[in-house]
Amino acid sequence: MNLTFQDLGNTRLIVAGEPRIDAAVAIQFKDRMREIMDAGPERFILDMSAVDFLDSSGLGAVVAAMKQVGAGKTFELAELTPAVKKVFALTRMDTVFRIHPNAQAALETEPTHAP
Amino acid sequence: MRSGTLPSLQLTLPGDAMSVRFALKSVMGFLRDLTLPEGRSGAIELVLAEVLNNITEHAYGETMCGVIELRIFRMQNRLHFVVLDDGLPMPEDAPNPNIQLEPARAPSTLPEGGFGWMLISELTNGLSYARTGNRNVLEFDITIDQTVQPH
Repeated sequence: MNLTFQDLGNTRLIVAGEPRIDAAVAIQFKDRMREIMDAGPERFILDMSAVDFLDSSGLGAVVAAMKQVGAGKTFELAELTPAVKKVFALTRMDTVFRIHPNAQAALETEPTHAP
Repeated sequence: MRSGTLPSLQLTLPGDAMSVRFALKSVMGFLRDLTLPEGRSGAIELVLAEVLNNITEHAYGETMCGVIELRIFRMQNRLHFVVLDDGLPMPEDAPNPNIQLEPARAPSTLPEGGFGWMLISELTNGLSYARTGNRNVLEFDITIDQTVQPH
């Protein structure tokens, strides 16, 4: 599972290097995200620019990551490719996640805390 | 099921997640030759991923193994899909999206599953399911020429 991260100030920028997050790898994705988000700063951004395909299992794993975020911390997304954006729109998950055009734009804005 | 018409593409694959990946690759190759409008082949890939993975996870599950047969028929402005498997029957309420999402839900209450049928029902037409003997038969259409029949 190609998931890497770097810490920039109060932000942990996680980069998904996997072209497909689907049923075949959703569990590995979820487990690796849990490790990465277990500790760390107060803000997490998942850069999805390299992900060309996301199915419902992959989406479930991204939702699981968001639900893992503790009080006072945020989980945001950056750069959804067109096919991935469509999955978020069709399931209305685009209204649930804060989605930035790209990682740079995400880093330049203030985090919003979950309701 | 459409008898008497030969499918434009017919695939038989083992019912597991990696085989589904390979099958989707073959279907994508087939779709490239059809030169579909922007975004259509992505929608087809997504629907097939959902349908095929539902079979591997629920009809066959961890204890059974079997094959999946996928037939794609090219119609005038749409593709007709027939998907067959010999696994467990679908629960009666399955082909309905059963999660209602409110936009401002607290993240902790969000569902992590159930998105699959939601995607399938939004991207297909004429979804039907039948149990014929020991087989599950799922059929649906996906519009490919949006100028003729907007979806």
